[in-house]
Amino acid sequence: MANLEVKIHNLTFKNPVITASGTFGNGVEFDDFIDVNSLGGIVLKGTTLKHREGNNYPRMAETASGMLNAVGLQNKGAEYFCKHIYPAVLRYDTNVIVNVNGSTIEDYIALAEIINDLEAIPAIELNISCPNVKEGGMAFGTSCPMAEQVTKEVRRVYSKTLIVKLSPNVTNIAEIARAVESNGADAVSLVNTFLGMAIDAEKRVPRLSTVTGGLSGPAIKPIALRMVWQVAQAVKVPVIGMGGIMCASDAIEFLLAGASAVQIGTANFVDPQVSVKVIAGIDDYLQRHNFNSVLDIIGGLQM
Amino acid sequence: MNKRVGQLQLIKKIKLNYNNYLLEFKADSILSDIKPGQFVNIQIDRSPSTFLRRPISIYDVNYQTGTISLVVKIVGAGSETLTSAEPGSIIDMVYPLGNGFSQPKAGDKCLLVGGGVGVAPLYLLAKEMNINGIKPFILLGARTAEDHILLSEFNKLGEVFLTTNDGSLQVKGFVTDHEIWSNSLNFNKIYCCGPEPMMKAVAAKAAKLDIDCEVSLENLMACGFGVCLCCVTKTHDGHKCVCTEGPVFNIKDLEWQI
Repeated sequence: MANLEVKIHNLTFKNPVITASGTFGNGVEFDDFIDVNSLGGIVLKGTTLKHREGNNYPRMAETASGMLNAVGLQNKGAEYFCKHIYPAVLRYDTNVIVNVNGSTIEDYIALAEIINDLEAIPAIELNISCPNVKEGGMAFGTSCPMAEQVTKEVRRVYSKTLIVKLSPNVTNIAEIARAVESNGADAVSLVNTFLGMAIDAEKRVPRLSTVTGGLSGPAIKPIALRMVWQVAQAVKVPVIGMGGIMCASDAIEFLLAGASAVQIGTANFVDPQVSVKVIAGIDDYLQRHNFNSVLDIIGGLQM
Repeated sequence: MNKRVGQLQLIKKIKLNYNNYLLEFKADSILSDIKPGQFVNIQIDRSPSTFLRRPISIYDVNYQTGTISLVVKIVGAGSETLTSAEPGSIIDMVYPLGNGFSQPKAGDKCLLVGGGVGVAPLYLLAKEMNINGIKPFILLGARTAEDHILLSEFNKLGEVFLTTNDGSLQVKGFVTDHEIWSNSLNFNKIYCCGPEPMMKAVAAKAAKLDIDCEVSLENLMACGFGVCLCCVTKTHDGHKCVCTEGPVFNIKDLEWQI
């Protein structure tokens, strides 16, 4: 077996495969299917300071090689998280990362402070890229000054590994990545979903209650890969790549493009065992190509 | 009850009418934990148009031979591909999913109401009722006589009443137009599965007659096991996932305007 260990900031991951927020519940939903401890890390479902009901049904539309979602950060809030979800994930021997959301800077700060006190959570993923909420969310991730400000303010109160999750719905994602890097981000993860839309032509109505939603799945992979490649060249902090990864070879493409780790999202819906298959597939690839360590292929794209 | 990803072999395919098929699969694990009202989530072929799995109710389980049967109605690319599979094909499915119907109490007088392909999960429920000494009344509705499926099977399990929209078989109209509702049969439990307008009409009847009523919902979902949060329905306790907290809900918990 090759050495699959990677480091993001000062945090060690036993392998570069992390499950993406909103596609892996709180991990426990996958206990029947896989050994969650075999993963490099898991990012829990997006959390906000207060309870959110999320958007109305319909929240999902299948599209060519992908899907649109408009869940809208349905979650029970920080207090419920600390009381019920945190104790349930304590038993995991993997990096459990909380995805932190807010409608205002104050919300982000308050939630980050609460999560900072949870000993078993070594990192947060600051979500400035949710396309499905009316206030905040993606607004923070699509403007450099706002991305800078929220990162700077959260950095002030959060002492552990701070990952900032970027939106692809921007003209220049490298610029946003540099903005969060220079304001204290320890790593960036990208991409969140692309803003998209689907129409039921027969009924002449939108397929989502919110009209627009976030596109994910293999349909977005080439664009996500291009963005990861651009960002990896623009920043010094580690990049966590995601967007349409369905198999090990997809994941390896992201690593070659410069990602230090990858996240698997929508594929978890299609195959709840895909994450462990990707780990095995990366190991197999490294052995076939005589690499001792996954570090040997990160950014290893031959030009 | 463990959910699993299974590779099941299609062993029998029966065409029930012009657009419904009965598919029987040999399972690779013990099925004793499957309950009436649960469903499977089937991988079609991951082609661009059938990227996500397709949830399908469990019609029957043979616990001795380890087989699961499903009724599949052709509604689009997914069901088209699935029903074109030939016996011997291996199909990937995640199962068993969902909560299932509640068990009736001994002596309960039960009415099962099914519409179209929605009759499917009621079959296993009726079969289990028979085992527990309950003979349910079964009211089935369809557009035409030809759209009624599996009648001979339901006839073995209880007294069957039929409606057709065009009057081509038994009572003309919707299930709620049947005289069974005006007879004083004193049902104390109704189980219903079919198109949403039908279930809402049945729920309205049940509420008016003050009869406990469960309905099985079918919302669009991506995962089937409670992580995508796409298939929600509104309940008095907020949004609930149809895939895990349902598909079966008691109508008193739903925010239906009935």
